[in-house]
Amino acid sequence: MRIDELKIDSEMLYSGHNACPGCGAALAVRYLTKALGPNLAIVLTASCWSIISGMPPLTALKCPILHCPFPSAGSVGSGVKRGLNAAGHDDTTVVVLAGDGGTFDIGLQAMSGAAQRNEDYIFVCYDNEAYMNTGMQTSSATPFGARTATAPYPLFKAGQKKDIMQIMAAHGIPYAATATVAFPDDMESKLKKAQAIKGFRFIHILSPCPPGWGTESSDTIHLSRLAVSTGFFPLYEIENGVTWKMTHYQGEKKTPLKEYLSAQRRFKQMDRQRMEMLQHEVDHEWDCLMEKVATSPSE
Amino acid sequence: MAYEMLSGSQAAAAAVQRAGVDLVAAYPITPQTAIVETLANYEAKGELGGDFVSVESEYAALACCYGAAAAGARVFTATASHGLAYMHEVIHWCSGARVPVVMVNVNRAIGAPWCLDPDQGDSLSQRDTGWMQIYCSGAQEVFDTVLQAYVLSESLLLPCLVVFDGFYISHTYEAVDIPEKEKTLEFVGEKRFKPQVVPGNPVNLHGLTTGDNQILLVRNRHESMIKALDLFKQVNKKFEGYFARSYKAVDSVIPPGSKTVFVAAGSTVETIRWALPGLKDCGLIQLRMFRPYPAEELCAVLEAHDVERVIVVDRNCSIGMGGIFSQELKAALYNMENPPIVEDLLLAGGIDLTIDMLHRVLETTAEGKNADQKWGVDVR
Repeated sequence: MRIDELKIDSEMLYSGHNACPGCGAALAVRYLTKALGPNLAIVLTASCWSIISGMPPLTALKCPILHCPFPSAGSVGSGVKRGLNAAGHDDTTVVVLAGDGGTFDIGLQAMSGAAQRNEDYIFVCYDNEAYMNTGMQTSSATPFGARTATAPYPLFKAGQKKDIMQIMAAHGIPYAATATVAFPDDMESKLKKAQAIKGFRFIHILSPCPPGWGTESSDTIHLSRLAVSTGFFPLYEIENGVTWKMTHYQGEKKTPLKEYLSAQRRFKQMDRQRMEMLQHEVDHEWDCLMEKVATSPSE
Repeated sequence: MAYEMLSGSQAAAAAVQRAGVDLVAAYPITPQTAIVETLANYEAKGELGGDFVSVESEYAALACCYGAAAAGARVFTATASHGLAYMHEVIHWCSGARVPVVMVNVNRAIGAPWCLDPDQGDSLSQRDTGWMQIYCSGAQEVFDTVLQAYVLSESLLLPCLVVFDGFYISHTYEAVDIPEKEKTLEFVGEKRFKPQVVPGNPVNLHGLTTGDNQILLVRNRHESMIKALDLFKQVNKKFEGYFARSYKAVDSVIPPGSKTVFVAAGSTVETIRWALPGLKDCGLIQLRMFRPYPAEELCAVLEAHDVERVIVVDRNCSIGMGGIFSQELKAALYNMENPPIVEDLLLAGGIDLTIDMLHRVLETTAEGKNADQKWGVDVR
């Protein structure tokens, strides 16, 4: 599918924004604002988007953006939604936008609190798998084996990537979904579905980062697609924490993970043994996911 | 006049309920808990008149207030001690973002070790965050100041911290005049600020800027806060018209011939006021407003009474320097022609001020090494 084929309203990301060429996060927000706009308010925490959004009074988006301190996004979102309700703007969609640091790490407590209260907004995590705005430092979303500025060669990220989707599913929120920039139609339908639901909704968007991942800016979509076809980042949705559904399923035969890893300089020094360990982990996660989908209660 | 027996905490909550708030974000911490519990009881009875949200931390409480105020809501939260310290980042942020948040801090020592006594180090640690700070000496003052804080905060687009001592005020019951809500709502009035987040208006609020812009924003905030000194007078004039009582940034009881003046903030003011008739040639200054700092008013009072000796009651200590109120006062006196001697009575840790202590401090002289700093434990 081509982006100009998308039956979505209008462009809300202005040209001239401050993203690097090939930035997955810029693309992700372009799609999400198109899908959810125009009656939109964005709460934005410290992340690459703090820069991408432009230097006030300039702005990169055709909707209000409220910046907030790094750990606070989940709580500020609660306040903005409730404040807009008090002002009579009940129909405005509030989106909290955070990177993986602002979601998996420093923002986890505020997000968990808001999810537990079932606050009525959409939390969007654009995940580029490290602190990219400060220059590629390890986060708990960084995959096993990746080299980062805080795990330089011969070090590597030792632990597995935190399973944020299971954490959010465990909160029993009405809706959670994964998405990535190579599948805008999938992303759009999830966002539209989320928008129609009341309560806390979580969208996890894998957003390739050319300078951080060590890839060409023209490879963003290719990598996003490989992340899905290898099973590294499956596309699915979870309703009420219990009903797991695949939204893009490529059958049993997945692309070998090595193809995805060897396309990125952050995995350049990863030896065969570690690649196999990660492949094993991805296979295991995939099997667990299939099991959850198979045993999900029917609607 | 409708008097009710209320604790300081209940008085604070009663004022919030009568200020027409849109949102209260609540998180418990001793000795503040009774404030949010009282507000929860209003909510349970359908009498709060706004949204009530129990959040997962103090940090979240203030962050939630920030978001709601940015969307145009009149908000409230309360905290103490570690809770205030935990909020620190958002405290700065609210001021920089010019949202009119009103918050109560009930003074309590900060650990380690755990301590519940009313050391003022928690609120004084937030001195430089760009919030107004008003210190109350009793439950009536708490009620009245919370109402006034909304007018000050919304007029100047600066957040306001209303401060009072844990237990001595928060848990002590006094007769408090609680006016009809109709009248308090009329006093506080319609919201004086515009929402920042307006659907359809594409603005980039509080995003990255340069030092060249930041200095202008800081100066603007500083100049706005200085205006609170005059505005406080106007607000109290209006308040007097409504409720037949009013307050000054610097209040004083200085009998003619007083050589010595005690300067205090918070509940120790009332102890000194009670003891004053028995203290020879002594007066009292209540420092109610701490930010902005009413330096001129303080100097004017001291000058007018030709005061020779000032004893500052500091229920706090800036480790390595001394009592914070006394340091601020000394700085304010720098331009005075004949400044009084300034001594410090340190009640850090939140220890009680006794009348015996006042007598003993008066007996000591200000001579000798470190004689200008007296620790409460040595003179009680």
